[in-house]
Amino acid sequence: MNKNKKNHVLLRTIGDYLKSHPVAMTIAAICILLNALGAIFAPISLSTVINLVMESFNGLGWEGVKDAFFNQLIILICAYLLSITGGVIYSQITAKYAQTYMHELRCRMFNHLQDLPISYFDRHDKGLIMSTFTNDIDTIRQLLAQSISTIAICSISFMASFFVMLSSSVLLTLIVIVGACFMVLNVKLTGSRSARNFMIQQKVIADEEGYIEEMMNGLKVVKSFTHEEESTKDCTKYCDELRNVSTKANKFANILMPIMGNIGNILYILVAFVGTVLFALNIKDLTLTGIQTITIGVVVSFLPMVRQFTNNVAETSNQVNSVAMAIGGTTRVYELLDEQPEVDNGYVTLVMGKYDKDGNIVECGRKEHTLWAWKHPHTADGSITYTLLQGDIRMFDVDFGYVKDKIVLHDVSLYAKPGQKIAFVGATGAGKTTITNLINRFYDIADGKIRYDGININKIKKKDLRRSLGMVLQDTNLFSGTIMDNIRYGRLDATDEECIEAAKLANADSFISRLPQGYNTYIKGNGSSISQGQAQLLSIARAAVSQCPVLILDEATSSIDTRTEAIVLKGMENLMHGKTVFLIAHRLSTIKDAQAIMVLEHGRIIERGTHEQLIEQHGYYYQLYTGVFELE
Amino acid sequence: MTSNATLKEVSKLGFFKKAKVLLRSLREYKKESILSIIFIIIETLMECIIPLVMSMLINQMTELQIKQVPASEVLNLVLIYGAILLALAIVSFGAGIAAGVVSAKASVGFVRNLRVDLFKKITSFSFKNIDKFSASSLITRQTTDIGNIWMAFQLCIRIVVRAPIMFVFSFIMAVIMAPQLSRVFAISIPILVAVLIPIIIIANRKFQVLFDRYDELNEVVNENVRGIRVVKTYAREDYEKERFGKRSEEMRKGFTFVERLLAITNPTIQVTMYLSMCIFIFVGSYIMITNDVSQMEYGLNTGKLSALITYSAQVLSSLSMVSFSLFMIMMAVPCMNRVYEVLVEEPTIKSNPTALKTVENGDIVFDNVSFKYKPDAEKFALSNVNIHIKSGETIGIIGGTGSSKSTLVNLISRFYDASEGTVYLAGHDVRDYDVKVLRDNVSMVLQKNVLFGGTIASNLRWGNINATYEEMKEACKISQADSFISQLKDGYDSVVEQGGVNFSGGQKQRLCIARALLKKPKVLILDDSTSAVDTKTDAFIRKGLKESMPGVTKIIIAQRVNSVMDADRIIVMDNGEISGIGTHDELLKNNAIYQEVYNIQSKIGGANNE
Repeated sequence: MNKNKKNHVLLRTIGDYLKSHPVAMTIAAICILLNALGAIFAPISLSTVINLVMESFNGLGWEGVKDAFFNQLIILICAYLLSITGGVIYSQITAKYAQTYMHELRCRMFNHLQDLPISYFDRHDKGLIMSTFTNDIDTIRQLLAQSISTIAICSISFMASFFVMLSSSVLLTLIVIVGACFMVLNVKLTGSRSARNFMIQQKVIADEEGYIEEMMNGLKVVKSFTHEEESTKDCTKYCDELRNVSTKANKFANILMPIMGNIGNILYILVAFVGTVLFALNIKDLTLTGIQTITIGVVVSFLPMVRQFTNNVAETSNQVNSVAMAIGGTTRVYELLDEQPEVDNGYVTLVMGKYDKDGNIVECGRKEHTLWAWKHPHTADGSITYTLLQGDIRMFDVDFGYVKDKIVLHDVSLYAKPGQKIAFVGATGAGKTTITNLINRFYDIADGKIRYDGININKIKKKDLRRSLGMVLQDTNLFSGTIMDNIRYGRLDATDEECIEAAKLANADSFISRLPQGYNTYIKGNGSSISQGQAQLLSIARAAVSQCPVLILDEATSSIDTRTEAIVLKGMENLMHGKTVFLIAHRLSTIKDAQAIMVLEHGRIIERGTHEQLIEQHGYYYQLYTGVFELE
Repeated sequence: MTSNATLKEVSKLGFFKKAKVLLRSLREYKKESILSIIFIIIETLMECIIPLVMSMLINQMTELQIKQVPASEVLNLVLIYGAILLALAIVSFGAGIAAGVVSAKASVGFVRNLRVDLFKKITSFSFKNIDKFSASSLITRQTTDIGNIWMAFQLCIRIVVRAPIMFVFSFIMAVIMAPQLSRVFAISIPILVAVLIPIIIIANRKFQVLFDRYDELNEVVNENVRGIRVVKTYAREDYEKERFGKRSEEMRKGFTFVERLLAITNPTIQVTMYLSMCIFIFVGSYIMITNDVSQMEYGLNTGKLSALITYSAQVLSSLSMVSFSLFMIMMAVPCMNRVYEVLVEEPTIKSNPTALKTVENGDIVFDNVSFKYKPDAEKFALSNVNIHIKSGETIGIIGGTGSSKSTLVNLISRFYDASEGTVYLAGHDVRDYDVKVLRDNVSMVLQKNVLFGGTIASNLRWGNINATYEEMKEACKISQADSFISQLKDGYDSVVEQGGVNFSGGQKQRLCIARALLKKPKVLILDDSTSAVDTKTDAFIRKGLKESMPGVTKIIIAQRVNSVMDADRIIVMDNGEISGIGTHDELLKNNAIYQEVYNIQSKIGGANNE
């Protein structure tokens, strides 16, 4: 991505932030201005008072300057009060709204994520998506909570001191500008080197942490192969690499400020010297108020301004790093937000209904419903037809490719009548899972047609289509919450009784009731507190409670040991009863009783039929079954 | 219970004691650390002196202006001061750069050593130690926690040294310059401390809680990213959005509270600063005006006044710097505790220095062995086990989950030590062997298979670093892995991704067996290592083992009766005890558990691809 676009993204974030709460942001801006001006007012006020002191020495005495003195005191106190009030208000506003914005941004990202198509998740590394949510978002917080206000205050104070300097001496101001150029140059040279190395450091840290993660997860293997020394050696290698790049990054970051500060010091000396020389030579100088001779007074009042000015430049440059990080962070955040969400042009919806006295399906409320139906509005004549939800699925000559030009499924045709069990067999990559991904429209087909209860699935609203399809996958994916919550995930309005009923059906009730907290046992998303087999039983219960007429079971038992498998299979059998089932299984024994077995190879159905028919054919299936080939 | 108790104990220990343990990792970077402290001291002193000299310059210039001396005299003065300032700036510049460089070296080097030390320590852990911490917690300790300690150390070395020096120096200078006026500190410092300290303590506590909750929030995202298919299948997008929104809102509230609290600090510092400034300027000026002009050189003057302002600003800002670094250190304390726990953990199994270096044969004896995982556990995981396994025998072990099959074999290679009784290998107590020698001779394929990122060859060489391709091929032929490896484009040099995710469960298991074979052990243990391999291949593997390594004792733990049927003897484990030993036929006759398992399996699992 080019640099302009990156900067553009940063501006977009800041713009979003400011626009999200315009009134509060305007107030904050005013308060920042007040706060900054208060700080500048100090040296000005100081020099006024010093002038008064001087005047008093010139014969006026205390009485002579008393009134002016107290006036000045009141002005100063007022200025400070304004500044502090401004400071309190803007910092409170920033604290509040930066957090509000972060909350909104988090939700916006999360909501967007939910609306993205499955293909997004297939294309992107899960760890990287996570890092956008954690690290990248954090760089934005840093930017909003700190950098923006610091930079704003410094810029205001910078401009003000620049103006004050100009008003007393243009020549001396020129010297300061030359000095400031050196400071900027320093930021460019040292700062960019540091930033570059910090970027490399991020990568090396990621590698090192990846290695640590791998070793810790395989720690027992390391021990059993007495590989302690070798892995320590490898770890040391990563640590050394990290040390080298971090040293560079931190070295440059650390010397940035000393260089800045001392350029400031030298500038100070230079201004004092040049100022005095100008005074000694009695040179006329241009100021904002006209041409004047430089006096010592001018030089004296000019010097604190130099310090103020250089401090501001240094302070701003200190924010360069966090701005650079924020640019990277926002770029990734917006890459996510700019992803196209899943398009849904479906208009056929799933509704609750019942038969009226003529035997026609009519829509009705939750309480009296006896069935589910597809509600199909016809745009041509404005009429609505209702089709009973049964679970009849037919595919006609379906072609599909994840990428446009690369078709991975060819001419797939099949039909599954309500209550039938259709099994897919084939090697990894043959296209078994892909077919099921087309039925629930995780992906859209390239050519052909899929009909659900006679309706083209492209016309069905995606959410309603998916709600009518239950799924049990090899990876169980539970969510943090109680066991009850996880079962109810299948259907949110299911009662506790229905959930327990589903658990019983899935054979999960016995292990759940043995847990100390039973159905209220809290499980973490990765399911670490229960075994894989138990997690699988829960995901079956979850599918059971959903009451879908169609089920997709994708290698649901392949990662479970044989003894648990017997229990899980029993649960699945109960679940499958009376439903249209698409079954992908590794163990051929589990699919013997399917109405039709589809043998897939390279995206084509090469054999189809019942177990007996296929065995008779003496084809690929026969060879698999007799163990000539194996499925890996 | 125990880990809770030790946790409490650890947190009771002094901060400095723990810091001392961590700082052992400084080692060769001690020099850099001390040097960076010295350079920072010099740099800070310069930072304090330079404004002083600057204000003296202003002061003198003002005086000369009042006295209306000729310009050349002013020029002289400026030259002198300019030279002094330039010299100081050069020193400051040099010290600043040196401090920057050495402190970077010191902090980065320290953390590098700490990382290596921690890793080394963890690799010395026994299984008992590992179980106590768990892999994920060990990962956090080596990544997030170390990162936070690093940040804290960097801050310490730069700010913790700088701030007190600045504070003391500025305070003393202010008092010397204007003893009366510096009494203002008696008001400003207490105000600042009284506001800052409670804020820091409250914010720190709240933050610790919030960060945990924040981790939970991230866990929700993680779950959703990984489980997106489930979310979409059940059309739960809106439900998840709402759930996330609620949690995020909680975060917003919590963080807003803390951030608003912390936002009070800056204005407080400004209040104290402005307050002292007003007093300095006006009281100071009043004193100056009412005093005699001639007294000015000794009493208060404008130069001193402006220096005083600078110093009071430095006093207050150094105070806030101290409190800020205190805050950062407090944030890092829990991380320090966690790393400290690992560093002081004693490995429960240590090698004996006069240990035996060779294992004669694969003869194993369990002599009245009992074992429990924790000393205070009520139940023994294994009780009163007596077996004699002859060298070269093939032993099958079968039993339900939790029957301690794995525990039994883990005692042979000393992954755990028996609580009572003795395990003998080739006639010697296993504790008499050098641990490395023992484990190289007792080769074990663990239940939880792990392949590491690299190539197939690099993974196989874990068994024997110098294994040739021929040796690897031979081992893979026995484990039935050679057939699929030779089908891969890069053969034995094919890339293995982290965790071996690019291989199927069965392929991984066969590679793991080959890896164990390459050790050329005296005892080979397969702990449920063929569960994902189809029965036919499983049988080939067992046949290969029998033919190619007749002298090696083979112990096969399995869920499937098929896998152990043809063993010389089968051990049936139940609830930590041996329920029966014998051949397949014997057990079918006289062991109820064995009969049951066999009956279930011949019903459902019998037709695995056969």
